Amino acid sequence: MSDQDILNPKHMPHNPEKATLEGKNKFIGFWFFLGGETVLFASLFGTYLALRNSVNDGKSSEELFGLGLVFIMTMLLLTSSLTSVYAMYHMKNNDFKKMQLWLGITVALGLGFLACEIYEFYHYIHGYHFTMRSSAFGSAFYTLVGFHGGHVVFGLLWIVSLMIRNAKRGLNLYNAPKYYIASLYWHFIDVVWVFIFTVVYLMGVL
Amino acid sequence: MSTIAANKRGFGSALWDYITTVDHKKIAILYLVAGGFFFLLGGLEALAIRWQLIQPMNDFVSAGFYNELITMHGTTMIFLAAMPLIFAFMNAVVPLQIGARDVAFPFLNSLGFWLFFFGGIMLNVGWFTGGAADAGWTAYAPLSTTSAGEGVDYYVLGLQISGAGTLIAGINFLVTIVNMRAPGMTYMRMPLFTWTTFVVSALILFAFPALTVGLFLMMFDRLFGAGFFNADMGGNSVIWQHLFWIFGHPEVYILILPAFGIFSEIISTFSKKRLFGYTAMVFATVLIGFLGFMVWAHHMFTVGMGPAANAIFAVATMAIAVPTGIKIFNWLFTLWGGNIKLTTAMLWTLAFIPTFTLGGMTGVMLAAATADYQYHDSYFVVAHFHYVIVGGVVFGLFAGLHYWWPKMFGTMLNEKLGKLTFWLFFIGFHLTFFIQHFLGLMGMPRRYWVYLEDQNLDLGNFISTIGALMMGLGTIVLLYNIVLTCIKGEKVGGDPWDGRTLEWAISSPAPFYNFKQTPLIRGLDALWVEKSEGRKGLTPAEPLGDIHMPNGSILPIIMSFGFFVAGFGFIYQKYDLSWLTLIFIGMGISLATMLIRSVKDDLGFHIHKEDLDKEAGE
Amino acid sequence: MKDWMGKIRTLSLFILMTIVLSACGRENLTALVPKGYGAEESFRIIIISILVMIFVFIVVMAIYVYVLIRYRQKKGQENMIPKQTEGNHTLEVIWTVIPILLLIIIAVPTVATTYDLADESEKEDSINVSVTGMQFWWHFEYEDEGIQTSQDLYIPTGEKVYVNMLSSDVLHSFWVPSLSGKMDVNPENENSMYIEAYEEGVYWGKCAEFCGDSHSLMDFKIVAVSPEEYEEWVSDMQNLDGETTPDTTTAQEGQELFENSCLGCHAVGNTPSVGPNLSNFGDRTMIAGVLEYNKEELVEWILDPASKKPGNGMLGADYLQDDTIGEDEADKIAEYLMQLKPSDITPDSAQ
Repeated sequence: MSDQDILNPKHMPHNPEKATLEGKNKFIGFWFFLGGETVLFASLFGTYLALRNSVNDGKSSEELFGLGLVFIMTMLLLTSSLTSVYAMYHMKNNDFKKMQLWLGITVALGLGFLACEIYEFYHYIHGYHFTMRSSAFGSAFYTLVGFHGGHVVFGLLWIVSLMIRNAKRGLNLYNAPKYYIASLYWHFIDVVWVFIFTVVYLMGVL
Repeated sequence: MSTIAANKRGFGSALWDYITTVDHKKIAILYLVAGGFFFLLGGLEALAIRWQLIQPMNDFVSAGFYNELITMHGTTMIFLAAMPLIFAFMNAVVPLQIGARDVAFPFLNSLGFWLFFFGGIMLNVGWFTGGAADAGWTAYAPLSTTSAGEGVDYYVLGLQISGAGTLIAGINFLVTIVNMRAPGMTYMRMPLFTWTTFVVSALILFAFPALTVGLFLMMFDRLFGAGFFNADMGGNSVIWQHLFWIFGHPEVYILILPAFGIFSEIISTFSKKRLFGYTAMVFATVLIGFLGFMVWAHHMFTVGMGPAANAIFAVATMAIAVPTGIKIFNWLFTLWGGNIKLTTAMLWTLAFIPTFTLGGMTGVMLAAATADYQYHDSYFVVAHFHYVIVGGVVFGLFAGLHYWWPKMFGTMLNEKLGKLTFWLFFIGFHLTFFIQHFLGLMGMPRRYWVYLEDQNLDLGNFISTIGALMMGLGTIVLLYNIVLTCIKGEKVGGDPWDGRTLEWAISSPAPFYNFKQTPLIRGLDALWVEKSEGRKGLTPAEPLGDIHMPNGSILPIIMSFGFFVAGFGFIYQKYDLSWLTLIFIGMGISLATMLIRSVKDDLGFHIHKEDLDKEAGE
Repeated sequence: MKDWMGKIRTLSLFILMTIVLSACGRENLTALVPKGYGAEESFRIIIISILVMIFVFIVVMAIYVYVLIRYRQKKGQENMIPKQTEGNHTLEVIWTVIPILLLIIIAVPTVATTYDLADESEKEDSINVSVTGMQFWWHFEYEDEGIQTSQDLYIPTGEKVYVNMLSSDVLHSFWVPSLSGKMDVNPENENSMYIEAYEEGVYWGKCAEFCGDSHSLMDFKIVAVSPEEYEEWVSDMQNLDGETTPDTTTAQEGQELFENSCLGCHAVGNTPSVGPNLSNFGDRTMIAGVLEYNKEELVEWILDPASKKPGNGMLGADYLQDDTIGEDEADKIAEYLMQLKPSDITPDSAQ
């Protein structure tokens, strides 16, 4: 396949993300990467579960967490996962404009989530003087949730830079795999959040 | 051809060529040189340790420096010598063995190397800033979290950076093997070395993130006041041990399985026989990899996990002996009825079998939890893991070095000197470590800077030190051999060993595009199949056409350098927050290069059919 | 003639015994001559596993040697192509099943002893000692008897003694090879195990978990005496009075110096202390766990603890900073310490 076929394909195949060998490699390589990420978060969850009651006379999860805000955050992130599915749907139909639009909505929802999280942390630190240095529980909480937050930030930067870079030239076989794996990453972040919601917040207040 | 060209081009452009290369064969050479350097460094540390222990109450080095030596010896040998040397062979051989033009992600391949390289430098910076890491290569908390100075910080950040490189390399090989096999190269026709690379890459993928997390927690404890392992804050130091060994035990198999692969190739080649029980070998490899994740807590029998956990992990660990035994017997029966040729590579391989059997025997003995209460953290354990890691991995690397040197460099290491190295090292090895089993049981714990007089430990330690010196001597002969071979530069053909697998079907060293036409694979030991049917080379699977190649890039080294710079910022901000600037600069460099990589199209280039024809005509 | 033969025989037997014994290491330190319950159990498993493993090794080596001799390339056969066998199912089943059976032989007693050595059913009725590991010394507190002591742990023979271990800094590991296997001493959760000595004796203990600069110098001793002697030792220790005035004037001066410069960390008497308890220092087997027990060593230790045990806790002592204790003073303190012998039961009683 020549460079022209990749950058300006005459017609887009139904699965543009897997039409080239590079695309296939990216696709499967990224799935493997997510496997590694799963172990990463599993280790963090394990540590959190071991330390979640080690409050060291400081604030405990029952005193800190309120489900209201966390519920809003969960909804924002779940919805953003859905909108990224729409974006990929439009990619497969070769409708670049709609894909960018839905990705834009995804980013907006992600930013909303991030704003809530920053507010939450700010609230704990200034309202309750609960920090990473308060107790082993504090360390474990900020590390687990913070790692997820870091992933959200990276995912947003990634999607935004893809959208800007390709805004003018549209979809082709070179950038379709990039979009696709970015959306995979975003789904993964969402799945991790579901576990955080359950293990950290639900189990924390019950 | 390419080496001659490099000589003509002069040093500067050759250097540029290597720091921007994405060619798996050149990256293999980079891994070999860097890993070899760290191997020598770790070896010197080992000799200093043994010299300190040559007599009771010796004062060759101080207690603090001794602790740095043992820590850095272990860390260097595992992460900076054994791992990269294994990657050197994986890079040099695996794409050739499956008939691929390169790995799946050439850019990431280069990035993986440079991350490892800068991580390795970072680990060793501590020597020059008041003391390297001194909490043991296992870095058990709270000794590691309370260790003064920056030594352990360098350990944490150095391993973090090089660990990221390793993870990248693992994913790369997984995808390469899944997606880039030549037509006809089914999974059950892959050479054993490719199989072990495949399994090991999966182990890396699932084991290294646990270390990543452990290192982050330790970094937060040491540098940002977190309390994961601090009992005063409600933390628990045993968490580190779990995370470390969830990574650390698979790591043992990450090291040994590729060595098994190397031995399988060599045994098969030099007895001129197909590997006995190939299917069982593959199955055993996968099984060892799988069980490797289930047994980490056998490193923690004395931690106080209780009898139930100890019993479960003891029995699970013993189970690993079964697939390992299957392998040993399959090798023996590959030799059975063969036409065994004693080359240097084969000598290392044959020495491996009894040595590793001994290491496996003590492995089963250590798995028996109640017996382990005596062995644990004694010289018995030191003897055991050197029997498996030196007797398995290092022997394997030496064997692989002699076996694949012609393919990597197009010249041949001197066989006589190779055999001299072998005998010096082999005898020295057993002198050093066999006696240590008994030292352990006689009451010598590991990581002892001195031992008291009148404990009946003097003779054993003396013998051990003499053995270590012999190993050092053997290594010097090897170095001499390498220098001699490079100076002489006598060329050999593409198939000096009468090989069986694909890499021997092309010239030595391989052309930068590997295979002019992707070959068609018609069975296990693809080249042997063709040879036995009287053909000289492989049948092409495609007509001669343009070859697509990736572009070289300087970005990987810059990206890795950015993380390296940021590492200093993370460490020194604990004294003075103005060092935070360094984090922003370093991370800025790395993120900027990532962005450049992401927005700049890199479609590679094509070698045209006509040029290939011309080259063939030359 | 016969007599001469007999002598030779005795002599050679004696030489053989010495070689075997020295190959086993120092008595009272080596794990190869078990003198207590735990060590004996471990030793049993060691022997079972090594026998099974030697069997395996012999089988492997027999095939290995045969193959190497029989199938090594001979002159003129360089190009011989052997038969390309694929494998053999029967053989493969054999070398899968037999190792499994062999492993079961090891696994069953392993599991049994694992539970046996973790048994705590008699804990409440036994002697319980709280053990604290610190960089780089050991403290022992007899929980029911109210006795505090450091470095030397007295136990009665033939009885289970439970040691309940906690670290006050980094990880340590409590190991008396000839009596029992080791157990880690963690800072956050107490670990417990029992030791039982069969014979009287002074057993050498080591720290087996890497703990810093003087990890290799963190020795302690277990003094196993008969139950009657142990009772006597306990009552002597319970009745000891830390403020008894010594007999000689040098020692009295030493006591005064000790009270001014040392008592801030150390203790004489059954009270808790930051540094080692010195109540029965006169009966110690060694100074600081590793130095020969004599006055010169003790004086040197007091004056320059850094060179004897790098990184130990005494380096921060005030007297070392303001230089208040010279050789004379150290000599007096040594005199005082070495006469602290509250009990007639000493390591010498452990014969």
